[in-house]
Amino acid sequence: MPNTQNLKDLTIQVRRDILRMVHKVNSGHPGGSLGCAEFFVALYNEIMDRHEGFDMDGIGEDLFFLSNGHISPVYYSVLARSGYFPVEELNTFRLINSRLQGHPTTHEGLPGIRIASGSLGQGMSVAIGAAQAKKLNNDNHLVYSLHGDGELQEGQNWEAIMYASAKKIDNLISTVDLNGKQIDGATDDVLAMGDLKAKFEAFDWTVVEIKDGNNIDAILKGMAEAKSLTGQGKPVCVLLETMMGNGVDFMMHTHAWHGKAPNDEQLASALNQNPETLGDY
Amino acid sequence: MKTYTYTEKKDTRSGFGAGLAELGRTNPNVVALCADLIGSLKMDKFIEENPERFFQIGIAEANMMGIAAGLTIGGKIPFTGTFANFSTGRVYDQIRQSIAYSGKNVKICASHAGLTLGEDGATHQILEDIGLMKMLPGMVVINPCDYNQTKAATLAIAEHSGPVYLRFGRPSVPIFTPENQKFEIGKAIKMTEGTDVTIVATGHLVWEALEASKSLYEQGISAEVINIHTIKPLDEEAILNSVAKTGCIVTAEEHNHLGGLGESVSRVLALNSPVPQEFVATNDTFGESGTPAQLMEKYGLNSVAIIKKAKTAIARK
Repeated sequence: MPNTQNLKDLTIQVRRDILRMVHKVNSGHPGGSLGCAEFFVALYNEIMDRHEGFDMDGIGEDLFFLSNGHISPVYYSVLARSGYFPVEELNTFRLINSRLQGHPTTHEGLPGIRIASGSLGQGMSVAIGAAQAKKLNNDNHLVYSLHGDGELQEGQNWEAIMYASAKKIDNLISTVDLNGKQIDGATDDVLAMGDLKAKFEAFDWTVVEIKDGNNIDAILKGMAEAKSLTGQGKPVCVLLETMMGNGVDFMMHTHAWHGKAPNDEQLASALNQNPETLGDY
Repeated sequence: MKTYTYTEKKDTRSGFGAGLAELGRTNPNVVALCADLIGSLKMDKFIEENPERFFQIGIAEANMMGIAAGLTIGGKIPFTGTFANFSTGRVYDQIRQSIAYSGKNVKICASHAGLTLGEDGATHQILEDIGLMKMLPGMVVINPCDYNQTKAATLAIAEHSGPVYLRFGRPSVPIFTPENQKFEIGKAIKMTEGTDVTIVATGHLVWEALEASKSLYEQGISAEVINIHTIKPLDEEAILNSVAKTGCIVTAEEHNHLGGLGESVSRVLALNSPVPQEFVATNDTFGESGTPAQLMEKYGLNSVAIIKKAKTAIARK
């Protein structure tokens, strides 16, 4: 296992970015963003095989699609800190004339983004299409996607889940952020989805569980396992158990911070819990 | 007056199928997707010759639109095939976000548009699809008139970078445009010269407009028929040049008058040169079961209706 201290430091900086971005414009989605900070940091720094720079087709490199586009703050922070665009641009999040729209889009030409997302349930289909293009191009790189657990209530996902196994899309790793929460409350209360592992397995996917989805080492281990299971005729699902609002005590154990920004006082407290590591933007 | 005849009738969807098959041979980036309607969309030849470039999605149109968007990432040019209703209304948000807003090079190819789908009835006869698609920023909307033009349009949209909605139909209709006429997106084709009334028609209504112009000519009325195969971008110049001569216009389409070609033409006229306009279109209604000819007659979408509206337009000058 590599020394992951640098990834842990980066995660703390990403948390600060998320908090400062949503605070500045008093809007955005910090809860899910914080919950997935470790996953994004691990994905972009260790798991994916990426080229320098950005081109839309992404031939010869791994691709990532964010389906639950509302967690754009963590996406933007990690993209910026992976070199896709200047970190100072995080200052423009959700402002008029910005490339950092409320939800990710290709429309403003932000490097790193390959599809618009935000209207939920569409990302897995797109990821499957990109994975099939890779097969046609004899490109043996992988396609990754991330989905909210609440997002799986959208029916299009199940069309895609059925298709991916039937058509043996085995160069796809779709991760579900299992934080158990959505806007109106716990997923179990809003619309319980039952045993997602059993559901994916019933649809003939290979399932990898990461029980501590906010632990970098656990993520690296689980995603390495997921990678090792590709190319075997089945799509791979990662069930990533995370804590919404992770790293900020008052944002954890509640769905209240799904789509709410901290005030000045709350921001100060949240940043105190996450001292600067690599430098604020 | 220039008149048109035909020796053969064919469905426009077969023109799509022939165009797609040709693209399969000439453009290695073209891929095709279908949601369980291969035969209806006439995609068999492409599939037979390029099985590895065909994706059978099953009855899951939303997934099909998303997969098509994804296939563009990697340089493919996806052509999706299903009925017009399931190509638009059923999957509007998927097209809006994953294709149009994302600027993806997807060709949405829709058969069985309008009333001429016939006996299946209103659940399948969409009369709102042109409106839905033309409202999406960046979407090109094309409704060719016969087999030859549909084939030519299919070839042309592969060369266009960006999302396209290509609308065609089920019934056999006269083939009256030249076999190898070049298809220019957004460039209207003047079918007859005339001085009394302009008839701007799209899709199956172009032939009806030509039939109407023959009859009008016999009655001493000179009609200029324009084939508007591209509804967006609209050839504004062709419309304005014609009404400058004729002073009135009839628009004809197999679509609701709300959201269709007629409204697009109205806007051009309102901004530039207001003249009397009459609409041959459905009147904010759903369709029903029947034969195509019965339905076109009942809903006022044939040459008889065009003749009547042409006279009304002239009288309003």
